[in-house]
Amino acid sequence: MPFLELNDIKKHFSTKSGGLFSSSNEIVKAVNGVSLSIEEGKILGLVGESGCGKSTLSRLIMQLLEPTHGSIVLEGQNLTNLNSSEVRSRRLDFQMIFQDPYASLNPRMTVWSTLSEAILTRKPQLNKEELKQNVVKLMEMVGLDKQYVRKYPHEFSGGQRQRIAIARALAPEPKLIIADEPVSALDVSIQSQILNLLKDLVNNLGLTMLFISHDLSVVRYIADRIAVMYYGKIVETGEAESLMENPQHQYTKELLESVPKVLSLV
Amino acid sequence: MPLLEVKNLKTHFHTRDGIVRAVDGVSFPVEKGKTIGIVGESGSGKSVTCYSLLGLVPMPPGKIEGGSAIFDDTDLLKCHENDLCKIRGKRISMIFQDPMTSLNPYLRISTQITEPLRIHMGMDKKRAKKEAIEALREVGIPEPEKRVNMYPHEFSGGMRQRAMIAMALITKPEILIADEPTTALDVTVQKQILELIKSRQKELGTAVIFITHDLAVISEICDEVNVMYAGKIVERANSRELFSNPLHAYTRSLLQSIPATQLKGEKLFTISGLPPNLAKPIQGCAFRPRNQIGNSDECLTQSTPEFKELDSNHWVQNCPGCLT
Repeated sequence: MPFLELNDIKKHFSTKSGGLFSSSNEIVKAVNGVSLSIEEGKILGLVGESGCGKSTLSRLIMQLLEPTHGSIVLEGQNLTNLNSSEVRSRRLDFQMIFQDPYASLNPRMTVWSTLSEAILTRKPQLNKEELKQNVVKLMEMVGLDKQYVRKYPHEFSGGQRQRIAIARALAPEPKLIIADEPVSALDVSIQSQILNLLKDLVNNLGLTMLFISHDLSVVRYIADRIAVMYYGKIVETGEAESLMENPQHQYTKELLESVPKVLSLV
Repeated sequence: MPLLEVKNLKTHFHTRDGIVRAVDGVSFPVEKGKTIGIVGESGSGKSVTCYSLLGLVPMPPGKIEGGSAIFDDTDLLKCHENDLCKIRGKRISMIFQDPMTSLNPYLRISTQITEPLRIHMGMDKKRAKKEAIEALREVGIPEPEKRVNMYPHEFSGGMRQRAMIAMALITKPEILIADEPTTALDVTVQKQILELIKSRQKELGTAVIFITHDLAVISEICDEVNVMYAGKIVERANSRELFSNPLHAYTRSLLQSIPATQLKGEKLFTISGLPPNLAKPIQGCAFRPRNQIGNSDECLTQSTPEFKELDSNHWVQNCPGCLT
C-alpha cells in the first residue's frame, strides 16, 4: 500500500471576469485530475512551470484547500473526510517547507520560540529541560550551532534561515514532508548544502518527501521518482534516471531541452 | 580599443557597520558585439559594478572611490549627470531581473516603450508609436498593434521581459546590460528570452554585459566570463576555456557544486562557510577560509593576490593556494 495516494484530485477556482454589467463566472482548473502515489521512505519529485498547479496541489495535500473532487489517502486514512479539528491533529504527520525562508519565518520569533512552539504541538507535556534538549537536538540535526538559539531570523543568512525552516518542519516529528521549491531562492553553493541535508534527513529519519521544483537537474539528483505536471495534469511519471534519459511525453522533452547546460559537461 | 574599458572600479558603501567594499578594484574590457558574463554569488558585487557604470548607485551611502570607465572618450564615472543622461538609456541601456517591478504599472506599454525615443531622439508621438509597435513585433509579441495599448499587468512574465527588451533596444544601444534577466522566469521561457537576446544582438551588433548566478546560462550565452568573489574578479577567460579548464579554486568549487554534474546518490560537493563580510577589510586571499579544493595553507595571508594573465587570455588571481 502506498504511503500517500492521490486519487483523481481536482481543484477548480471560479473567478469573475468581464465588466460590471456583463460579468460572468470563469472556471480555472488549477488541478484537473491528478493521481499520484508515494511509497514510504521515498522522494517524489514534482516538476512543472509556474502556473501548472504544483503549489495548489501541495496546498491540497496539506489540507489548506479543499479539493473539488477526489480523495487524498495518507496511510490508509482519507484526509478529505476529516473535519477541521481532526485535520489539525493529523497535520503533525505532514509538514511543509516553503520556498522563501525570508517570508516563511516569523521575524518576531527567535529560533527558540519558533522551534519550541512547534515541538509542543506534538508533545505538550514536556518540561522546560526536556524542551531545551529537544530544541538543541533539532538544531544539531539541521547543522545549526546551538549558541544561536536566542537569535532572530534576520540575523541569519539565507541558507541558515532555510535550515531553521527545515528544523521547524521537523519539530512535530512528521512522516511526510512537502518541500515547495526549497532551494530555488538560494545560491548554488548554499543550494548544495541544503540538498545534502534534505537527503540525509530523509535517509536517517525515514521520511517520505514530495519535492516540488522547476529545476530538473535538482530533481533528478534528489528524487527517486519524478512526476511532470502540465496545465493541472500529470503528463508523465517514472523512475528519475529513466525519465530524464528517455522522456516519452512531448512536454517533458521540451522541458529537458530548455535546461541550460554547462559547456564542458555536455 | 575596446568599446568600454572599466579600470580598477571601486564602489564602497558607508554604513553604520563600517565601509562595505562592495566592488573593490574591478577591471574588464567590453568589446563591440561581444557578450561578457559576470557570475558570482549574491553579494559578490556583480550588480553594483553595473549600477556604478550607469550612475545608478544611491549616493550616499554609496560612493565611487576610484577607477575609470572609458566609453567613447567619456569617463562614465566622472562625467556630469547631464552627459550621463545622454548616454544612459540611449547608447547604454539596461534590463532588470524582475519585469514586474521595473515596469511602471500605471503607464501603458506604449508610453513606456516610446519614452526613450521621445527623450533621446525628440520623435513625435505618432512616429514613436509606430516604432514601438515594430519593436514589439521584433521581440515576438503577437498582435503588437493591440498589445501596445495594454498595461503591464495584462502581460505574462515572459511577455513583460520581452517588452523590457524591446524598450532597452529601441534606441539601438551599443551596450546592453542585462542584470539576471531570466532568473524570475521558467526554464522554457528562459530559453526563449536567451535566444531573443542573442538574435537581437546579432542584428544590432550590441555588446551585452550579462549578470547572473547561473553558471549554465553563462556558459550558453557568453563569449567571455568574469567570475566575481567578494568584490573582486577572481578569474576571467573565454567561455570554452573557463568551463573546460577552470583554474581558481572558487570557480572549480562552484562548478562542482552544481547538481547536474553529480551522479545520483553521490553526496553533493559543498563550499563550506559563507562569503566574507565586506564591511571588514580582507587580509590576503578572500577565498582562503572556504578553500577546500586547493590548499588553503598556501593561500596568501598578507598581500592581496595579483590578477595575472597565466595563459593567453586566461586571467586569474595569482594565489598559490587557490591554484593548486
